[in-house]
This record gives sequence, C-alpha cells and structure tokens, in this order.
Amino acid sequence: MAAEPTTLFDKIWAAHEVAPGLLYIDLHLVHEVTSPQAFDALRIAGRKVRRPDRTLATADHNVPTDGSSRAAQILDQLSRVQVETLERNCAEFGVPIYSLGSERQGIVHVIGPELGVTQPGMTIVCGDSHTATHGAMGALSFGIGTSEVEHVLATQTLRQTRPRSMRISYSGALGFGVTAKDLILGTLGQIGVEGGAGYAIEFAGEAIERLTMEGRLTVCNMTIEGGGRAGMIAPDETTFEWLRGRPAAPDPLPLESWRALRTDEGARFDREVHVDANALSPQVTWGTTPGMVAPVTDAVPEPRTPGEERALDYMALEAGVPIEEIALDRVFIGSCTNSRIGDLRAAAAMVEGRRVAPSVQAMVVPGSANVKLQAEREGLDEVFRRAGFDWRSAGCSMCLGMNPDILAPGERCASTSNRNFEGRQGRGGRSHLVSPEMAAAAAIEGRFVDIRDWEPAREPEPAGAR
Amino acid sequence: MDRVDKIRGPISVLNRSDVDTDQIIPKQFLKRVERTGFGEFLFYDWAKEPGWDLDPNEILVTGRNFGCGSSREHAPWALQDYGFKALVAPSFADIFYSNCTKIGMLPVPLPEEEVHALMAVAEAEIDLEDEVVRFAGREVPFEIDPDLRHRLLNGLDDIGITLQSGEALERYEAERERAGPVTTSL
Ligand code: SF4
Repeated sequence: MAAEPTTLFDKIWAAHEVAPGLLYIDLHLVHEVTSPQAFDALRIAGRKVRRPDRTLATADHNVPTDGSSRAAQILDQLSRVQVETLERNCAEFGVPIYSLGSERQGIVHVIGPELGVTQPGMTIVCGDSHTATHGAMGALSFGIGTSEVEHVLATQTLRQTRPRSMRISYSGALGFGVTAKDLILGTLGQIGVEGGAGYAIEFAGEAIERLTMEGRLTVCNMTIEGGGRAGMIAPDETTFEWLRGRPAAPDPLPLESWRALRTDEGARFDREVHVDANALSPQVTWGTTPGMVAPVTDAVPEPRTPGEERALDYMALEAGVPIEEIALDRVFIGSCTNSRIGDLRAAAAMVEGRRVAPSVQAMVVPGSANVKLQAEREGLDEVFRRAGFDWRSAGCSMCLGMNPDILAPGERCASTSNRNFEGRQGRGGRSHLVSPEMAAAAAIEGRFVDIRDWEPAREPEPAGAR
Repeated sequence: MDRVDKIRGPISVLNRSDVDTDQIIPKQFLKRVERTGFGEFLFYDWAKEPGWDLDPNEILVTGRNFGCGSSREHAPWALQDYGFKALVAPSFADIFYSNCTKIGMLPVPLPEEEVHALMAVAEAEIDLEDEVVRFAGREVPFEIDPDLRHRLLNGLDDIGITLQSGEALERYEAERERAGPVTTSL
C-alpha cells in the first residue's frame, strides 16, 4: 500500500521531531541584537552551547556601512558594545563568527544561502523574523525570540506547535519588468498582512519554478509580512545549481534525498490560494503595512478602515493621487529582501549611463561583504557611483536604521526592503516598498515610474570605463 | 519565570489594529545588552502624540494582529516592564505570542466583538486555570494550548523541561541527525 501523500513541510517536520512538538534544529544563525540576553542567561545557568558546530554568528543589524572593518571603529557606543559583546560571547562559547571586517560578514539571511550552510531539508532558526528566507531552498525555517534563542543554544531544539499548511500556487509567468518582489507584494495585497498567520506556506506553481534562486529568496523573505510562520519552495535544479561548489555544500550533492523532499501528488493543505502571475504589475506600497500596496499604474486608494486612514495621514498622501506622481527624497537599495548580486545587477542595468535626480539621495548597500566584492569585480560600484548613488558596505543599514543610515522626519523613500511600518527607516520617515528595478528607476526620475515603458536616453560611457 | 494564574483589575485600552513591534519598542532601544528597563520606552513615538494615554494597568486590551513584524522579544519585555501581565486582542502575531509566553505574560485571544465589549468596561479578571475572562458579570472562554497552560500555571522553565527529554535528544543525535553543514570547519 502506498504511503499517504505528504508535503515538503510534513517531511521535514517528521524528520526532525525528537519528541512530539520538539524539533531538532540543524542550523542556528545568530546576530548581535537578539542574542546578548540569551548568552547571558546561559552563563547564569551554567549551561553550554550544545552544538557550536551547528551555530553560526554574524554582525549585521547595527553595523555601520562606512567601511569600518573592526568593532572598535564603530562610533556609536551602544552599537559597538553590542558587536563586541557578540564577539566575546562567540569566543567564550566556541561559536564561529563572521564579524565586521570578515570577508564572509553580511546580513544573516544573505550569508546563509551564499555560504551554502542553508540546504534543502534542514530546520533553520534565527532570532529574526525574516528567517523564512531560507525556506526558498527547501528548508523549514522559523524566526524566533530571544528566549527561544537561548533554548536552541542550550538544547539544539525548539518547541513548536505544528502550524497549519497553506499552498499559494501561481499560474502563468511574470511579465516583463515584473519581479519576484512584485509577486510577493501582490500576494500580500491579496491575502492581507494576517492572511498567513498560523500557517507554514509553500509557494508553488509555474511562476515560482521559473524564478531564479535569488528571486525565490525574495519571495520567502516576505512570508512573515503576511503573518506566515514559515515560507518554503520545493528544491529543484535551480536550487542544486546554486548550491554546487559553495563553501559548505556537500560534494557530491545528495540529490536523491533532496529530490525526495518535494510535496507528493495529491497531498492535502489546510488552505489553498491561487494567484494569477500574468496579471501582476510592478507594485508600490502606499501605506504603513506591506499589504497596503497597489500596482504602479493605479492611484492611492480611498481608505476603507481607520488603520488605512491613519496610514495615509502618516504617509502624507491623498486618495486619488496617481502613484507615478509620488515624488521621492531618498532611495535605498539593500536589505535581506533585495541585496544579492542579481538585485544589484538588475538595478545597475537601469541606472547605467543615467543620473540620479538632483532632488534624490540614493544609496546601495550590498547584502554581504561577498556580494560587495563580486559587484566591484563586475564594475557595478562604478555604474552606481557615476549615476550618483552612494556605494556602501554590507549590513542591514536603512532597512531598520539601527546604524547611522536613517531617514529624516518627513523624508519619503523608495526602498527595496520589506517593512514600511511607521518610523521603520527613521522616525517620521515614509517608506514605499518596491523592487530593485523600480527603486533604481525612481531614483533617476525622482518619482515612481512604470519600468515597463520607461526607456530614457543613456549618456555614452566615459572613455576607458569597463 | 513567575507563575501565571488570575490577573484582575482595571484595564488599559489601545484600540489600534496591526500594531507592530517597531511601534511597541523602536529600534534605537534594541542596542541594550540587558533584558530589563525597556518599559520607559514603550510606544516611544506614539506616546508623544497629543491625547495619548496608556495607564500601566495589568491588563491591556487592543486590536487585531497585535505584535506583528519584527521578532524582537524586546517588545514583550517592554510591555511587561511597563506593568502589563496579560494582553487581550482578537488575534496576535505568531512569534510575538510565543515570545510573550516565554516570559510569563499571558496573551488572550477573544472574538472581536468581545474585545470591543471589554474595551467599554473598566475592569476584568482573566482566569488561566478556568480559561475564561470575566467582565460585566459575564464569563467569556478563551483558548490556550494545554501544555502551554500547564507551563504558565506552574511557572516552569522551557529549557528545564526540554532537558528532561535528554535521552531522546541523545538518541536523535546518534541515530537520525542529518549530516552537516559543520559551521566550525568552514
Ligand atoms: S535586512 Fe532588515 S529585515 Fe533583513 S535581517 Fe536586517 S533588519 Fe531584518
């Protein structure tokens, strides 16, 4: 008799259950902001880190992006203490760390896939809500709080009530100029910021299969913005191709067991959602949750709830104003959603030979030291600089503004990050979430444009460039 | 962790939906390496709005999807440090809910109309043993996972409980643990 068909999620869950509701954790990623209190508690209780060999730390959330290469160079005293505390804790407990200055340092959700420590079939946790990113490689990954960080450090396990399962299936393919970011923003607009609450979500269908690995990471990254606990995509050739030859990837890759992870034909989900990928346009958020989003061709909608009214008020926007008329002060290309090399290439292709509008201040923050190096090898830094962008070092930067990169009150920003909450990028700052291509074009025009029919002239390259 | 049982007294009301943890405790206060002292920064920016009024009662009643966004446990720390012992809302974000339970602060989901009814009264009693909220002479039941309820009622430490499964854990590592990656040899 054939076994009951199961989902990708079911298979990983079953393979990691130590006891009912107690999951073994294959990889624990640690950063400076949510770990100090956890290490402290271990120390007080006289406990050790059970598996340093399954733990990896980096400094990303509050590090300056000015090229500082040692914690001691961080000017902000509290940030410096936090990074130094992480370094000390890792030394004391034997946890490997890529801190400021390491060529492997970077945003925790960028370096996991980049090093190949993120692999299909694994359970992965991190004290950060965007841990779902890693699910794009066929892993089960959760964001956790500091008490749980302590729990995982001490026991290498996590208590979890089993989430319900949801599959979001995308039919068709994304049109020209429509990216993975637009796909997930459009989905959030459809299901709402609470639509995924309590679910582990599998993203599936033709449009997902056609995405690059980086595009899939962008999609899963924003699962939490829909309230979902975990986001996942079945591993396939695209995944395996990405992993081949990465520092932590096995050689040869265990393809047979990875292929077996796919959701079986006929497996049941608690909820199924369908999205027509063909119908999606480039998206721009207009409010203060990622679900307050509209196609770039639309106008700011009429508010339907007190929350939406409050959002328009905060954003200083009037209903009925075309999105393409919204003028910008700042542009931020970066964050664990969109700071990988593919994102930077796509943005650079838009700005090459063009100039950032005089009214706009624009910056690019690569997701990792590695991405930065690769971009410089390809000359992308020069493309950005010539266009008038500020070219920075790796970190979370203005995604949450814990370092000096912040919006001033009232400033309006096109951002490739994942949260447009009030004050997220700086107190009083107004954030609009978009794809890297949309952000790049907005920087040039000083307002949002529909990149599908945007083709301003380019200046010839200066002699000797590239 | 302190035991949670009955929480009784005047309530505070914050009638907003989708309150994210960035509002509860903004990022500039996440740089501290201690676990205490976050209460004075609770709702730091909103607290400057004219008409803002949030008494540090033991019960906070608020809107749906409370605690969405960032996983920062600093948010529950700040709410608890401010004085809240229980939160009542139509729904809570997953990670936030779990974070609250780890520090002995009780999140209580009630149907939206009951939350609105509760917002209109001055006092309430939350009884974890009986799984009900009492107000205005009524009893409204709420749901909680039985293991979690047991842990909260007895003030048990999660890690201590897990370490009781030490043998199962060792067996798992010996027999079923997945190969690599080994972060210490990268
Ligand atoms: S880039 Fe932003 S969302 Fe991603 S981990 Fe850093 S702060 Fe969090």
